[in-house]
Amino acid sequence: MTTHIAGATADSTEPATPNEPPARAHTAVAARAARPRRRPHTPLNPRPSIPLTLVTGLVLLYTLLPLAWLVINASKNQKDLMDSFGLWFGEDFELWDNITRTLTYDDGVFVRWLLNTLLYVAAGAGGATVLAVLGGYALAKYEFPGRRAVFAVVIGAVAVPGTALAVPTFLMFSELGLTNTPWAVIIPSLISPFGLYLMWVFASEAVPTELLEAARIDGSGELRTFFTVALPLLMPGTVTVLLFSMVATWNNYFLPLIMIKDPDWYPLTLGLDSWSAQARTAGGEAVFDLIITGSLLTIVPIVAVFLLLQRYWQSGLSAGSVKE
Amino acid sequence: MTLMPTSAKAMPPPRPRRPRFRRQALTGWGFAGPFVAVFALVFLAPIGYAIHLSLYRDRLIGGTSFVGLDNYEAALTDTRFWEGLTRVGLFLAIQVPIMLGIALLVALAIDSGRLYGKSFFRVSIFLPYAVPAVVASLMWGFMYGTRFGLVGNINDTFGTELPDPLSPDLVLASIGNIVTWEFVGYNMLIFYSALKVVPRSLYEAAAIDGAGEWRIIASVKLPAIRSALIIATIFSIIGSFQLFNEPSILQKLAPNAITTDFTPNLYTFSLSFSGQQHNYAATVAIVMGVITAIIAYAVQLRGMRKG
Repeated sequence: MTTHIAGATADSTEPATPNEPPARAHTAVAARAARPRRRPHTPLNPRPSIPLTLVTGLVLLYTLLPLAWLVINASKNQKDLMDSFGLWFGEDFELWDNITRTLTYDDGVFVRWLLNTLLYVAAGAGGATVLAVLGGYALAKYEFPGRRAVFAVVIGAVAVPGTALAVPTFLMFSELGLTNTPWAVIIPSLISPFGLYLMWVFASEAVPTELLEAARIDGSGELRTFFTVALPLLMPGTVTVLLFSMVATWNNYFLPLIMIKDPDWYPLTLGLDSWSAQARTAGGEAVFDLIITGSLLTIVPIVAVFLLLQRYWQSGLSAGSVKE
Repeated sequence: MTLMPTSAKAMPPPRPRRPRFRRQALTGWGFAGPFVAVFALVFLAPIGYAIHLSLYRDRLIGGTSFVGLDNYEAALTDTRFWEGLTRVGLFLAIQVPIMLGIALLVALAIDSGRLYGKSFFRVSIFLPYAVPAVVASLMWGFMYGTRFGLVGNINDTFGTELPDPLSPDLVLASIGNIVTWEFVGYNMLIFYSALKVVPRSLYEAAAIDGAGEWRIIASVKLPAIRSALIIATIFSIIGSFQLFNEPSILQKLAPNAITTDFTPNLYTFSLSFSGQQHNYAATVAIVMGVITAIIAYAVQLRGMRKG
């Protein structure tokens, strides 16, 4: 899905809004006016509105409140979790203690799940990006019989419910002896129709065919042309595809749920779910504090990656945007 | 689908020289081959296998036998399947308009340039997209708790008697809230992206003609992002019909409210993995896939015709 996102434009690529006084205002005008002059507010440059900010702030509150709840409650012990108000801290601040116990509980199984997740992300999202870049480049820059069919089938497949594929995929993999191994999670993660689409659009725009022709005339082989000429030009799109595949793999729940029975191969999502189920089983220990802290630990890396690479993925999306 | 406007434009014109063409074809397939091969393995083969499975039935005595369309007949008259389908239909009718409505309003607000701190709004509201469905469901599940969740807190503090969000009557709405929370920012980004590529000169022209802000939204902005609206709607419909993760995770917190046939996908899952009825599960999955595709296609046709 998400192909339509391809129009996203990073704020960094927007022209500076005239609302913010540009630096050059100071040179000529500063002598005359103590304050830099503001351009008049126009329909294209409206005055910020407090009521509108407050109303939109309600949605912001709705979005951030649960995350605040998670951070606050990751600092509580079981007793405070029961007794104290959900949106404020308890009597004891035990975040570090909770993190230690989450990481060491049950012989450090959480760390094992974290390493599994990293493996699935590295192999699955990394592989998905490689396949999408190669495939998108081929679809954009080579003519070969069946090209249109490839694209139509891949895009059509996006509409097939993932869960409709689950049972037969499980049975197939089970016959191949792949279930309960990392391969069962990695192989299906290798296909990202969105990634292929984005790379197609991106390569069409970013790699001039004339440049490839020139390289060929100079005697460069197709592989060498790809690595030395095309790939550098494809980098922003590649980072974007990698990032979205990483999120998809990091957050995947359904695929490992059907494929993996052995907790040693669980990713974080499945592990947290199993801790949640544990409270239900007879004699099982209720570890709500560990689930909450574990949830926080699960989202911190992926949220951090998203925020840190914001500039890259947004510029990749905007560069690959469909021009009308 | 509507997603390939540039592809035709981007194709180089056909070349007359044959040897050149063959080399292009070979290299093209060389680059696209790996994707196509894995795609065939994880997409096409399972679809074919599912169709094969749906034509057989596994009996305790006598083994597997060909039954033609019997499984389909059974699925179409299966009340457990239809109840689940009705439930996701209701979910979709209420949750999707609310989610897309909020997303659209936020996108318009950010795009209007009238917000203080608009980048902060855009990034923060998008943030839940990065949160796994498992974490989102567990988090909200705890907050819903009447014992030590926020609902319980409010009851204790104010002496109220709020209804239990995890009770059978309310659990569907509670799931709707989780899904809305997860995807409102994602859809907002789609709408915002579409708004960004609308030429600003259109607004200027409309303003000169005397159009107010609401008039510009209704007559310029919304028509300009119609295809984004349609696509977001289609993907939300597909998502609703596929509803699985959130109910599956909440099931551990509310086993009485969320049955094993709560949604068609939960039903397929439990048929297959608890009931060992692989053939019937494949049939239900195919029927569900076909229904989803028909509705998505109908929405797309309708949306396109308006233009």
